Amino acid sequence: MKNLISITPKLAGLSALTAFSLAAVPAFAADTMDKGDTGFMMLSTILVLFMILPGLALFYGGLVRSKNMLSVLMQTTMITAIVIVIWVTYGYSFAFGGSESPYWGGFGKLFLKGVTADSTAATFTDGVVIPEYVFIAFQMTFAAITPALIIGAFAERVKFSAIMAFVILWVTFVYFPIAHMVWDANGLIFKMGALDFAGGTVVHINAGIAALIGSIMIGKRIGFGRDMMAPHSMTLTLVGAAMLWVGWFGFNAGSNLEANGAATLAMINTFTATAGAIIAWSLIESVLRGQASMLGAASGMIAGLVAITPAAGSVGPMGAILLGALGSAGCYFFVSVVKNKFGYDDSLDVFGIHGIGGIIGAIGTGIFTSPLLGGTGGMDYSIAGQTTTQIMAVLITIAWCGIGSVVLFKLVDVIFGLRASEQDERQGLDLSSHGEAAYHS
Amino acid sequence: MKIVMAIIKPFKLDEVRNALTDLGVQGLTVTEVKGYGRQKGHTEIYRGTEYAVSFLPKLKIEIAVAADDVEKVTEAISAAANTSQIGDGKIFVWDLEQAIRIRTGETGVEAL
Repeated sequence: MKNLISITPKLAGLSALTAFSLAAVPAFAADTMDKGDTGFMMLSTILVLFMILPGLALFYGGLVRSKNMLSVLMQTTMITAIVIVIWVTYGYSFAFGGSESPYWGGFGKLFLKGVTADSTAATFTDGVVIPEYVFIAFQMTFAAITPALIIGAFAERVKFSAIMAFVILWVTFVYFPIAHMVWDANGLIFKMGALDFAGGTVVHINAGIAALIGSIMIGKRIGFGRDMMAPHSMTLTLVGAAMLWVGWFGFNAGSNLEANGAATLAMINTFTATAGAIIAWSLIESVLRGQASMLGAASGMIAGLVAITPAAGSVGPMGAILLGALGSAGCYFFVSVVKNKFGYDDSLDVFGIHGIGGIIGAIGTGIFTSPLLGGTGGMDYSIAGQTTTQIMAVLITIAWCGIGSVVLFKLVDVIFGLRASEQDERQGLDLSSHGEAAYHS
Repeated sequence: MKIVMAIIKPFKLDEVRNALTDLGVQGLTVTEVKGYGRQKGHTEIYRGTEYAVSFLPKLKIEIAVAADDVEKVTEAISAAANTSQIGDGKIFVWDLEQAIRIRTGETGVEAL
């Protein structure tokens, strides 16, 4: 009975609403949420987590010596956990908290204040929204993978507690502000009109620059250039690289925020650019040293994925092949020539691949987005104009990240000491930092 | 009795084993070892960084044989392990004082 009584006024209210809304269709259409989009974003979010664990962890783990395998897996795992907790407590607010500052998001959404299951986040289509929780979670995985990328540069010699402290500071003062600058509608770089579809500057250039600085400030591994430091498991490295490729579809297509045609463009570009990059790296190796190596193919794969990241939503599939190949060539030159010439020990080539690949990708986005080259830029698209904007965005990122990283590495070094003791380093970080061994013979 | 110890290329093990089985050799012991000889090592390149690998993986096989069989056995190993390339390995022979089969307590040539 009660129910029946209560239904009647509701129905009456509904018909009144319908009559009212006929006159106000645009206002109501402004809040369309699609279950397909939501499901797609949930899946994309999980795919990006899969990139970190186990993808990146195994990719990096295979590249170090067996005595340091667990240290890399552990650093990657712990960084992911720490950044997730930071992200929901204040990171999301600092990046997307709604402040009008061009540099950071403010305190508006500390502890996810005000966010409920009904909150929504805008997409690239006017009037189409997704649940805010999935946007928060998706962005959270990006915040987690970026510092996890950095650790490859000083693998095998860093002190565990110190690097965790560094990561907490670095995401706070470098990552969150740059994410705000690039992706928030009020952000400095966003307002310049720079294109960064899935985080070429925020994730890859950012991680690459911090990595280069870290590798120089922490110093070379003991025995660098003298001892055998070859990867201990190329098998795991390829397994990890392939998982990164699979996860990257969440990273790139998911950055479209909607499951529509533009997301499929990002998807096919994530195939073609990577394929072009693998072929390019292997061809270069075949010509220059007579043999194409497995590690080369895996490196080309990552270089291509990094290069296409900022461009995934705006270049065409053919342009993507070229951009991937260019990224590969640039990264090859850096890891095999420049690094050896300068003699810094970027152990797993984080700068050489993510930094350089990210820069080539960001600038290449300006070029290959042109409709003349199969991109999606409008008829009035200016390659010179957009490329200049892209370069400005890269320079701002390098400057912010560079200065921030130098200060934070120094600070952590003074307080904790960044480097493991000589004895610990020689013994291997698995035993000395974590009290366990990856392999037992 | 003699011990015949040979250092060979790992991929030659099956051929050596077959050759020895054909001779009637009843057993051998194989160990994975690393070392260098005149072949020295080689270099491996990882993303442009060269590493000198100075100890190469080889297999060490050890066979206890009656003194009369030594020549046949060493010839069989030489023939089977030969690739005519540097790094094929070496064979060493030395005297064996005693052999005992644990299960039965047999000694000497009977135990081989």
